[in-house]
Amino acid sequence: MSHTAPNLSSKTVPTSGPITMVDAIRQAMFEEMERDPAVVAIGEDIGVYGGAFKVTDGLLAKFGRERVIETPIAETAIIGAACGMSFLGLRPVAEMQFIDFIACCFNQVTNFVAKSHYLWGAPVPMVIRGPSGGGVHGGPFHSANPEMYFVHTPGLKVIYPSTPSDAKGLLKSAIRDNNPVLFFEHKYLYRRLKEEMPPGDYTVPIGKAIVRRPGRDLTIVSYAAMAHTAMEAAVELAKEGIEAEVIDLRTLLPLDKDTILNSVKKTNKLLVVHEDTRTGGIAGEIAALVFEGAFDDLDGPVARVTALDTPVPYSPPLEERFLPNTEKVVAAARELAKY
Amino acid sequence: MTQPATQASAPALTREQHLDLYYFMQLNRQLEERMVRLFRQNKIVGGLYSSLGQEAVSVGTCYALEKRDWIAPMIRNIGALLVKGVPPRDIFTQHMAKFTSPTLGKDGTSHFGDLKVRHIVSPISMLGDLIPVMTGVAMAGRYLGQNIVALTWIGDGGSSTGAFHEGLGLAASQRAPFVLIIENNQWAYSTPVSRQVPIQNLADRGAAYGIASVIVDGNDVVAVYQAAKEAVNECRAGRGPRIIEVKTMRMRGHAQHDPAEYVPKEMFDYWKARDPLTLYEKYLTENKIWDAAAKSEIDARIERELDVEQKFAEDSPLPPPELAEEGVYCDGCHKIEADWKRAKSEVTPPKSSIDPTWRLKDLPAYTQAAISGGNGAKNSAAQTQTPVPAPVAASSASPAMQKTTPAATPERAETQPEHLAAGVAAEDPAVPRVPFGRGPKDKAFRQSPENPQNKPAYSRAPKEKSFSRAPQEKSFSKGPRNKSFGKNAQGKPFTKNPQDKQGRR
Repeated sequence: MSHTAPNLSSKTVPTSGPITMVDAIRQAMFEEMERDPAVVAIGEDIGVYGGAFKVTDGLLAKFGRERVIETPIAETAIIGAACGMSFLGLRPVAEMQFIDFIACCFNQVTNFVAKSHYLWGAPVPMVIRGPSGGGVHGGPFHSANPEMYFVHTPGLKVIYPSTPSDAKGLLKSAIRDNNPVLFFEHKYLYRRLKEEMPPGDYTVPIGKAIVRRPGRDLTIVSYAAMAHTAMEAAVELAKEGIEAEVIDLRTLLPLDKDTILNSVKKTNKLLVVHEDTRTGGIAGEIAALVFEGAFDDLDGPVARVTALDTPVPYSPPLEERFLPNTEKVVAAARELAKY
Repeated sequence: MTQPATQASAPALTREQHLDLYYFMQLNRQLEERMVRLFRQNKIVGGLYSSLGQEAVSVGTCYALEKRDWIAPMIRNIGALLVKGVPPRDIFTQHMAKFTSPTLGKDGTSHFGDLKVRHIVSPISMLGDLIPVMTGVAMAGRYLGQNIVALTWIGDGGSSTGAFHEGLGLAASQRAPFVLIIENNQWAYSTPVSRQVPIQNLADRGAAYGIASVIVDGNDVVAVYQAAKEAVNECRAGRGPRIIEVKTMRMRGHAQHDPAEYVPKEMFDYWKARDPLTLYEKYLTENKIWDAAAKSEIDARIERELDVEQKFAEDSPLPPPELAEEGVYCDGCHKIEADWKRAKSEVTPPKSSIDPTWRLKDLPAYTQAAISGGNGAKNSAAQTQTPVPAPVAASSASPAMQKTTPAATPERAETQPEHLAAGVAAEDPAVPRVPFGRGPKDKAFRQSPENPQNKPAYSRAPKEKSFSRAPQEKSFSKGPRNKSFGKNAQGKPFTKNPQDKQGRR
């Protein structure tokens, strides 16, 4: 993971060379808005200022106020309006300034947007995207991982990428999807790594996990920032002779069951790592899937390394205690490998 | 109370249109009366919500719309659905949870929509959410050049929700072609308006959003139509949004189970004497728009139609159980395509490109303060122009309508906060230094023992691992390694389970 300085002033999108996740997402927005005039952006401070994290920087200059809609601080209005726009065939991309604030429009998302197609056959082709996750000392209301509220809501799709190229390809898929897609952007990853983009108009399919590292001794399933932690842990474990297979889920709903089950059938052990809190986190769901689909292949209990069952605390030592890290993952994997 | 509309102020409704209004109101009432009978026969699944006494609101407002316009009904707006062209069978089948209903039985009551033909957005039970959604519909219609108006209803109760406020705020700031009918039927379930809000007229709230609003007698269908038509015209001319408060009365309980004993009898009596259908029939007769023959012809037609529609619904099957599993996602079953009525080139670069900066003209309050040359906060209130278009001249107003227009909203001027204007404050030695910088002073402080960060961090001795297991003792499941433990017929032991030991499979 290369560390680079933030580039806050850039108004143009880099066209070559490795780019950060922020720029990859911006690139996806520019390319999609250029490709299809039905794509519009809506949110707070996304225009002149370019968004709290500069993800929409430059969009207003290029596409104008009709397509880059700055709203009052009213999350329910943002999601409601985006939903209404999608009924006329537009494909709005709504920004939550921080994904924590999606709690303000929970009803609009879970009762209106998610249920429209099932109940009355009205597809809602919209994307809700926003910065999520901790590790940047944002405190309890700017660090949350609220993905599981929505993974539990039929009708939504939930994406949580870990690399710039996946973020770009998945956001493009999300915009072109006929269903409401929640797109979580881990803010710890926004500017901490760079990657060369695949050439041309490429997309990454929704609902497909990826094996980041093959291994034989145990499977570590993870996503978003924790996918990198899992990779770092796998390197540590390799020094001890434990070869971990690392799966990056990328999409949480619909979940790629096959990739998980195939890996567990090979390694016979499963460790799930996520930054979300423990109770009701996706580890529980994955454990149940494995018990249903690969129980006879298990050599040990399904293990999990997760955040604590607390709000995200603010002070650095508290947040460090709260979050999973490489050491915690290595320790859990070591224990699991003993079976 | 407002007065009923007079013939003189009515817009030029033709005889046919007058009879249409009657037809839809009577159809609405007869349909609901049939549903009450079906409810008593246990043929309605779930609750039944009556709009008795509110037919003029649903019919009069929706009748002011054109085919291309969009509506989102509430549960008591069946009349609006009928005006939009929804056949009564859809309403019967929805309430009876039949497979032939628009939602195939997945939702009931008036919870259904039609994106392609009739432009109806389905409501959800959570009140207020339709307001931002219909604002979005209005914005998208404008964006696509369709010149449509979006209209929805909210009750006196629903006007207290957060979504109501957020939606109107956005609609106002976007100048969306959006009409909101506040259907004040006096009761939110069992709570009277006076116990919900401390104001007399809910239309007064419009001023706070900068939205022009009117109050109209909701039991006078012509007055309702007039007010709606005017609002719709204003929106179509780009002078939206608009609010209309209609004063009416819910003549039944919240739903069939509720006898509404909490409503004072005098109140029912007062409104019963003002029944919208009776009033309108009298109006048609007094103005010689129809005769007894015309009335009985329409009434008979309604009976005939409803007989057929009700029979269709009663004969329809319930949905097959497997249907419950289908339709969560749109996997290409719907084609999503915007209907462009303007050139796409207008909204794509280079035509769409702008200089993305705020200019002084975008900040009227600040400009005003600058011109007055003094303290903007004091002077601007008197001089700032109202941000909304001037309300329609009173001369064109119907006597049935009281207008509440947004007062010249005083905008607060942006003044420089004093602590910023004064520049960087001098350092106070009494205040402990916060080492936020990288300069030598901060560096020194950071390393000094006074820095609280240098105090030993809270720590505990590493916990002794109290729980450990020797690796090879474990064999809880059926994985390959566990196979080495006492094999059963299939070679799959489950050592913790006695049945496994005997070779369960």
